[in-house]
Amino acid sequence: MTTLALQAGLAPVRRADHWRPAELVFWLLPVAAYFIFPDNLVLLTQIAITALFCLSLDLILGYAGIVSLGHAAFFGLGAYAAGLLAAHGFGDPLLGLGVAAVVAAALGFVTSLLVLRGADLTRLMVTLGVAMMLYELANKLTPITGGVDGLQGIEVLPLLGPFEFDLYGKTAFWYALAVLFVLFWVARRIVHSPFGLSLKGIRLNVGRMPALGTPVNARLAAVYTLGAAYAGIAGALLAQTTQFVALDVLSFNRSAELLLILVLGGSGSLYGALIGTIVFMSAHHLLSELNPQYWQFWLGALLVVIVLFARDGVMGGLRRIGARFGANGGTK
Amino acid sequence: MTVIFDGIASGMLLFLISVGLSVTLGLMNFVNLAHGAFAMLGGYIGVTLLNHAGVPFLAALPLAAVATALVGVLFERTLYRRLYGATHLDQVLFSIGLVFMSISTAHYFFGAQQQPLTLPDFLQGQINLPGLDIGIYRLFLVILGLAIAIGLQRMVSGTRFGAQLRASVDNPRAARGMGINVERIFTLTFALGTALAGLGGALGVEMLGLDPTFAVKYIVYFLIVVAVGGSGNIKGSLVASLILGIFDVAGKYYVPEIGAFVIYAVMVAMLIFRPQGLFGRAASR
Amino acid sequence: MNYALQTRNLVKKFGGFVATNDVSLNVEAGARHALIGPNGAGKTTLINLLTGFLEPTSGEVILNGTNVTQLAQHQRVKRGLARTFQINRLFADLTVLDSVTMAVNERLGLGARFWKPVASYAEAVDEAAHLLATLRLLDVAHEKTRNLAYGKQRLIEIALALAAKPSVLLLDEPAAGVPTSESRELFESIANLPRDVTILLIEHDMDLVFRFADQISVLVSGAVLTEGTPEFIANNPKVKEVYLGEAISV
Repeated sequence: MTTLALQAGLAPVRRADHWRPAELVFWLLPVAAYFIFPDNLVLLTQIAITALFCLSLDLILGYAGIVSLGHAAFFGLGAYAAGLLAAHGFGDPLLGLGVAAVVAAALGFVTSLLVLRGADLTRLMVTLGVAMMLYELANKLTPITGGVDGLQGIEVLPLLGPFEFDLYGKTAFWYALAVLFVLFWVARRIVHSPFGLSLKGIRLNVGRMPALGTPVNARLAAVYTLGAAYAGIAGALLAQTTQFVALDVLSFNRSAELLLILVLGGSGSLYGALIGTIVFMSAHHLLSELNPQYWQFWLGALLVVIVLFARDGVMGGLRRIGARFGANGGTK
Repeated sequence: MTVIFDGIASGMLLFLISVGLSVTLGLMNFVNLAHGAFAMLGGYIGVTLLNHAGVPFLAALPLAAVATALVGVLFERTLYRRLYGATHLDQVLFSIGLVFMSISTAHYFFGAQQQPLTLPDFLQGQINLPGLDIGIYRLFLVILGLAIAIGLQRMVSGTRFGAQLRASVDNPRAARGMGINVERIFTLTFALGTALAGLGGALGVEMLGLDPTFAVKYIVYFLIVVAVGGSGNIKGSLVASLILGIFDVAGKYYVPEIGAFVIYAVMVAMLIFRPQGLFGRAASR
Repeated sequence: MNYALQTRNLVKKFGGFVATNDVSLNVEAGARHALIGPNGAGKTTLINLLTGFLEPTSGEVILNGTNVTQLAQHQRVKRGLARTFQINRLFADLTVLDSVTMAVNERLGLGARFWKPVASYAEAVDEAAHLLATLRLLDVAHEKTRNLAYGKQRLIEIALALAAKPSVLLLDEPAAGVPTSESRELFESIANLPRDVTILLIEHDMDLVFRFADQISVLVSGAVLTEGTPEFIANNPKVKEVYLGEAISV
């Protein structure tokens, strides 16, 4: 290619899509956690599931800029889909994940057509409304969903044949972690692809994109559908690993809490979603043991402080530290 | 008929609370999800005055509104003000934070249980007409709601304050140039919004109950009113509240198995077909 | 005559206000056509109608012989109609190279590819780099857009439009806000645009218009007052009347 000479005129840069050493270290943490906290596998599994859920919101909010107050709709739908399958004799976990993903994606696609019609405020309301509708449905369809008592009788078959879901939650932990990693890897590829770049463009300047020839709504519908599928899978993981689906998988609180986790970590960064989840869940675990009632107070206070003073979250703080470090190091 | 009247009364209550949200959201363009928390505050103040301080009911109502407004002003001055130019997302996150804090605080002071409230004798009882039972308290709500709707409408469209407010919202810089104290206007408007929330909260204890989850339980309904009525539109809020109240009461009465599902479905449909609300002007983007 | 861009009886009303009043514009292929007019003449509305940001009340927009009135903005871009904006609309947090690569991706139909990294589509990155080189932006390719001087940012506006390989390019006041110290470079870049690209220039700066245009249309109160060569326009008494107070120097 002759024009490669032109690229040679460019200063070399580290390609963002290449894995960095720090990332590899990061992914060794959960493996280490397995051995360090063998008694907390249930919590670790919950963290992995919530991280996946948060990742799904990050895709639509952090990368595409769609504000959602009802992301739990997809999480809950996935949970019920996988839960109902397993409760009716189709207990294969991967089948459950697949069905949950498809069902949630279908709802995501349909609602994307509604959500994309409006501006921020309408989007808030439509996402919220859709989630509330599902909540009411699940609440009222007691014969199918169990209503407020939750969905019981979920029997999940061994994973891939040999791996039974054990009482200690070992299989559940590795299962959730593996799913999280694979889907993270996929999301990472997508984010660094031309599609991902165009999403960033849409978030940064939606008005300019049509003038570049970008079909903005088609892109947003695609990422919304993808985010819904991710959330559905996260919900399915919860149903399968806890063998129970509570009505609150669809609740407003879950959607709101997820927003908090994402801004805590820093939206628009895949690791922000993961780190936010780790920090939040760990803090929740520790603080609610001390004082379960007032955990929510500090949570609210934290949210207020983040919005007013630290809008870019933990990842933003890390980046600032990194920038200072880089400047002191004098790399150029 | 009784069902419809109860629906109207519950719609009026909804209007009293949510019109404050419509004012802050529509006129100040601030998505304040903590509106329900201010209503809850009004409820607790009202109940405390009644049950512990022995203040008569009709005196407790305005006191609850004023006290809530004072707290509202305090928050506006210190916190809300910083977020006027922020994105809707930031406003949502911030106000959700306030909601969480308010729930814990209410829990700390009052516990998780429902707060009892005894209406004064003259507001109890019913007027029985053929085919229609009118609860006196409900009638009281209807009359009060109408009076406030008319007063507000007059104020926003007919007074100097209303004109200044609209100017401040449309173009703060120009308004400032014309010598309007935009900060003060916004503070007053916020005070008005929270006062209405507080009043509605105190009035609502009888019908909606009052416990720490109040802050979040009804916010969806308030938002629906604003979305359907068109934000900042007082007449729209009133009509939307009434429709919502009637559908809600009738729905729970005749088809309890569907519950609130209809309401959410109606809202989503509304947002799709008339995103600017029932009476809204075409959105200018 | 071969026209790249035409409008037929284009009308746009906002309520009772007629912003565009029966405009029939003919822009020849390869032309350097300027659209001038006092403030409020409806230049921006006309651009928005041409690009599809606004829908006309009546009338047609014809691009290279095809009626595109019903097409959305991005579809018109795909058919060769690109524009720049009067006020920069850039991607502040993207690097210059990423911004332009993104635009090239869209033209090559790569914008929805979601699996392989951006850098692996070498043809797009090459083309973006090539474009940056012609606009002398290559040395800032890895800078974030927000860190560049305004004049440079104006060039990125143009680079993003050129990435669409347009047959017709709408330049909406390209020199607006550019300090004189940086304007020479910008003017040169505009003068050096390939001749096969038809250009419609919307401009206040008469200097630039008379240096650059071979055809001028004057828009007043939403309607075309007159059109013709720069000499014709410069000596037209009606135009002088409209621009009374604004010195026209040739």
